[in-house]
Amino acid sequence: MAFDSLSAFLAMGGHGVYVWAAWGVTGLLLVGVVIHARAERRALLRDLRRRARRAQYHGASGAAAPPISHQEGRARES
Amino acid sequence: MPLFREPEGGAGVAIRATLKRDLVLMMRRRSEVLNPLVFFALVITLFPIGISPDPELLATIAPGLLWVAALLAALLSLDSLFRSDYDDGSLEQLLLSPQPLPALALAKVAVHWLLTGLPLALMAPLLGIMLSLPAGSYAVLSLSLALGTASLSLIGAIGAALTVGLSRGGVLLSLLVLPLYIPVLIFGAGAVQAAILGDGVSAHLAILGALLAVALSLAPWAIAASLRISING
Amino acid sequence: MWAFIHKLGSPKWFYGISARLSPWFWAAAVVLILVGSAWGLAFAPADYQQGNSFRIIYVHVPAAFLAQSIFVSMAVAGFIFMVWKIKIADMAAAMMAPLGAAMTFVALFSGAVWGVPTWGTWWMWDARLTSMLILLFLYFGVIALRGAFTSRDSASRAASVLAMVGVINIPIIKYSVDWWYTLHQPATFSVTSRPAMPLEMWAPLLIMVLGFYCFFIAVTLMRTRSEILRREASKRWVRELAEEVS
Repeated sequence: MAFDSLSAFLAMGGHGVYVWAAWGVTGLLLVGVVIHARAERRALLRDLRRRARRAQYHGASGAAAPPISHQEGRARES
Repeated sequence: MPLFREPEGGAGVAIRATLKRDLVLMMRRRSEVLNPLVFFALVITLFPIGISPDPELLATIAPGLLWVAALLAALLSLDSLFRSDYDDGSLEQLLLSPQPLPALALAKVAVHWLLTGLPLALMAPLLGIMLSLPAGSYAVLSLSLALGTASLSLIGAIGAALTVGLSRGGVLLSLLVLPLYIPVLIFGAGAVQAAILGDGVSAHLAILGALLAVALSLAPWAIAASLRISING
Repeated sequence: MWAFIHKLGSPKWFYGISARLSPWFWAAAVVLILVGSAWGLAFAPADYQQGNSFRIIYVHVPAAFLAQSIFVSMAVAGFIFMVWKIKIADMAAAMMAPLGAAMTFVALFSGAVWGVPTWGTWWMWDARLTSMLILLFLYFGVIALRGAFTSRDSASRAASVLAMVGVINIPIIKYSVDWWYTLHQPATFSVTSRPAMPLEMWAPLLIMVLGFYCFFIAVTLMRTRSEILRREASKRWVRELAEEVS
């Protein structure tokens, strides 16, 4: 253990602001990436289920349904 | 006996024909040839006004300024490299021809360099005088620009080929191409700096030549692949 | 070999196999990053020159490694897509790009923050930071080019070509920037090149680097699976899968 107390750990020998800022932004970004990936997956599955229900309701095949809109505004299949 | 005979000659004839056609076309649109040169002069005029007319200060930053301004001028002309050919359909003809596309693309790039890079390199000493560039570095400035702009044209043509099918490709083109220009800028401006300091310039020029050799050997294939993407997409 | 490649190219097969693999990568990423963080932040000794501010290395270096590796993986995926027309490779490449840009940003940000106690300024045109900045622009270029096309196939192929052109240029850019920096700033103190680090310092760094790599693989697998659902939404197996989940 390189520190004697919790306050010494938080102060980082006077460099606390820099160390915690760098670590904090990195941590937030990693967590943000995971949250985004999960939200994206959930939204896609929900969309797929909705399409399946709509296809059942109309009694038509799902293939006739319009393609899922792109979350990131990317192009549709050419 | 086949119904259609292959036209006489091979790739050599096709390359020469492309060179001649592009030269003639460009000479007809003189403003397109002149625009980068005027832009170059204008940008160079802006710096003393924006910074200071102090000759000493200008002399220290002149190599970098001249190189950056020339680089931007070359970038400006890139968008039109394939644009008119794309619009009138002759780019499609080029793709359909039985001759190797990389060679034909190389011919187009050569014309582009001949009518932008080379004039920029020849004009740079004149602007160097206006920035009180120290004597003894003028020849190196021209030579480094002539060598460097050839690489810039080759690398830039990849970006131009990728964006030619896009309606607003201009800004995107600079985003794609500028990061790739950095090594050329470093060694080009470095050569002029070295000439001012009295160091040997052959190392810088040799590296610029090496960059050009790499660009010459790889870029034509990338340009050809990019053109195929833009046309068939 | 060929059978394996073609199997790998099948989205359905990939969807199944990645579902089995990804929990392992998630677990490894979480464990490695937590252990590395605790070790690096609390247990590694302070640097004799920089004191505790050197602990930024444990996020800066892994992020910088990852930023470069992701660009290379993107180019490799682009090459695979261009040569063998394997769609999965392109989907993965598309999903990697934003993560790579994010990692480049992390490396830049932590480098800038590190600069304050070390150089006394937020930004120095240090060779490492400069080439990271250029890498960020390269990422922006690839992402913007992919977004600019209306046809997905063209977008994929254009992004692949640009990633390959970029990856050839990265070493050239890196060496020329290093050269430029040594020419203009001789003998300045560089933050990360140092004489042999003791084991207690580099072991947590190694753990963090491994953790970041596992994190990258896990996120890419997850997002590629989402991308499969998005692009193959009209396939029967995807519809059945959606009903199964619900």
